[in-house]
Amino acid sequence: MGYPHHPNPRETTVLSKHFGEADARTLDGWKKRGGYKALEKALGMQPAEIVNIVKESGLRGRGGAGFPTGMKWSFMKPGDGKPHYLCCNADESEPGTFKDRELMRWTPHALVEGCAIGAYAIGAETAYVYIRGEFTEPLHWMEQAVKEAYAAGIIGKNAMGSGKRIDVHVHKGAGAYICGEETALMESLEGRRGNPRIKPPFPAVSGVFGMPTTINNVETLIAAAPILMNGADWYKKMSLSNPKSTGTKLFSVCGNVQRPGTYEVVMGFPFKEFLYDLCGGPLHGRKFKAVIPGGASVPIQTMDEAEGTLMDYEGFVAGGSMLGSGGVIVIDDAQPMVTVIARLARFFAHESCGQCTQCREGTAWTTKILERIRDGEGTVEDLDTLLDIGEQMTGKTICVLSDSCAVPVISGIKKFRGEFEALIQGRRFHPVTAAVA
Amino acid sequence: MTPDLVGDLESPDYASHDRAAHGPYTPVFTGDVKRELDELLTHYPTKMAALLPALWIVQRVHGWVSEEGMAEVAGLLELTPAYVKGVVTFYTMYHQHPVGKYFIQVCTTSPCGICGAEDVVKALVRDTNTGELGLTSPDGRFTVIEVECLGACGFATPVMVNEEFIESMTPDKVPELLARLP
Repeated sequence: MGYPHHPNPRETTVLSKHFGEADARTLDGWKKRGGYKALEKALGMQPAEIVNIVKESGLRGRGGAGFPTGMKWSFMKPGDGKPHYLCCNADESEPGTFKDRELMRWTPHALVEGCAIGAYAIGAETAYVYIRGEFTEPLHWMEQAVKEAYAAGIIGKNAMGSGKRIDVHVHKGAGAYICGEETALMESLEGRRGNPRIKPPFPAVSGVFGMPTTINNVETLIAAAPILMNGADWYKKMSLSNPKSTGTKLFSVCGNVQRPGTYEVVMGFPFKEFLYDLCGGPLHGRKFKAVIPGGASVPIQTMDEAEGTLMDYEGFVAGGSMLGSGGVIVIDDAQPMVTVIARLARFFAHESCGQCTQCREGTAWTTKILERIRDGEGTVEDLDTLLDIGEQMTGKTICVLSDSCAVPVISGIKKFRGEFEALIQGRRFHPVTAAVA
Repeated sequence: MTPDLVGDLESPDYASHDRAAHGPYTPVFTGDVKRELDELLTHYPTKMAALLPALWIVQRVHGWVSEEGMAEVAGLLELTPAYVKGVVTFYTMYHQHPVGKYFIQVCTTSPCGICGAEDVVKALVRDTNTGELGLTSPDGRFTVIEVECLGACGFATPVMVNEEFIESMTPDKVPELLARLP
């Protein structure tokens, strides 16, 4: 599938407007497209004003949790005499999610600008962009953009002549899904194993290097610039369903679908039209069976649930799942659900940091049982055992990786029990329609 | 990361790698590379924070991170070698053993799994003559491993060859890929 696609007329391209334009990656090209005007504007404002505009806009965290960004920024108390830090979470590793990768590889300067605005708003002089080690291309473009921005005096000890110091540093991860968890990210940035920390204290009190810290997702920080330029009302009006979900959202679509890729739609867009119209529907001769709409950690939706869903924070909850990171995994009727879920469990078992017993043991145990069922060696008791382990893995650990492993397992058994039982009873999985190569 | 509780979930068998063939250790942080580290240290309020970047440099120079490499980094950053090893072993991207000239990682997590990633793995293992995942081919050119989500799920199947990121790999395209590697 070619990329980038021509945006569908029903997309609203605010952040993805310049995807595919190689010239937008350079400083000159980015400035031609209005780049760094928002930072210039921001540096002429009081930090509190910026926080208020972002609060007013209704922008919520795009990394998965959906916490109101302006409120998060307001937790950073000015004048406490301590150095403040901004961390940009670019450790995008949630299976199904690849929107931040596209943002960084096509519009790296947008992230430098977003980091600078965010840092200024929270009283930080330093922003770290923590990018996963596997993202060699986004890393390249980000390093390039940071270098150009320093050379042009946009960031550095006198950012855009404002007298303010704003440093942006790119920090390369080394292969660990867990470092996308905010406290693990901070541990990793400090040069430690990426073991999540117990909260409280929350990062705004004691974050990276023990100092007040804000951690924001790539997409969240990039959204700050257009909000400052166009105003909170403009952003707030982009909402088709629930006023608590505003603006546009990038959804990355993958799996068994005609047109995988990254799409940007206004919050509240109908999921059914998204899947069949924008993404082109199922592959030839197949039917959609299930969707995991927000990355591997959210509940699996049946097509009935998915087709009635409106794409925003509240809409996905009403549809039996969560918006999460916006990583839409589409699964068709040629895929055995048990295989899909067992592979997800294996992912979580591999990525568990091993600190908490429920997670370390639970993810591995779950994987073993699921693979046994997949291979036709499961027993009737296995399903109850899986549900029991899932319950023990939920809400009992330092971070939510454990819960994330239980979620697809529990929702999968609940919604596709028939497929599990058929395998246990010795029946092979038969795709409903013939698989197309 | 997690101890090996699920059979072949964890470390592949590296027994075939011949460490001795790699000769005595030469220090990494001299001249320009030392200056690179000094510049990196200005990014952080602590020396320890430069640990991950410093380890990346060791791997860039030597192709893997040996105990001697860990010790060199430990000395420069005022850490103990044991501490550094603890960090190295947490992260999957630092090679603790020599690997083939071309280190090939194939994503097989569910989104790629449902788009045929297993077939790409099979084709790669067959055509590189590595025999099995994690082993290096007899000519020392290739090591193939499965990797967890590479974050390019819309471009199934993504494959990394060293630093190069390749999208939309299929079994048919494997011979062409291998043929163009010098």
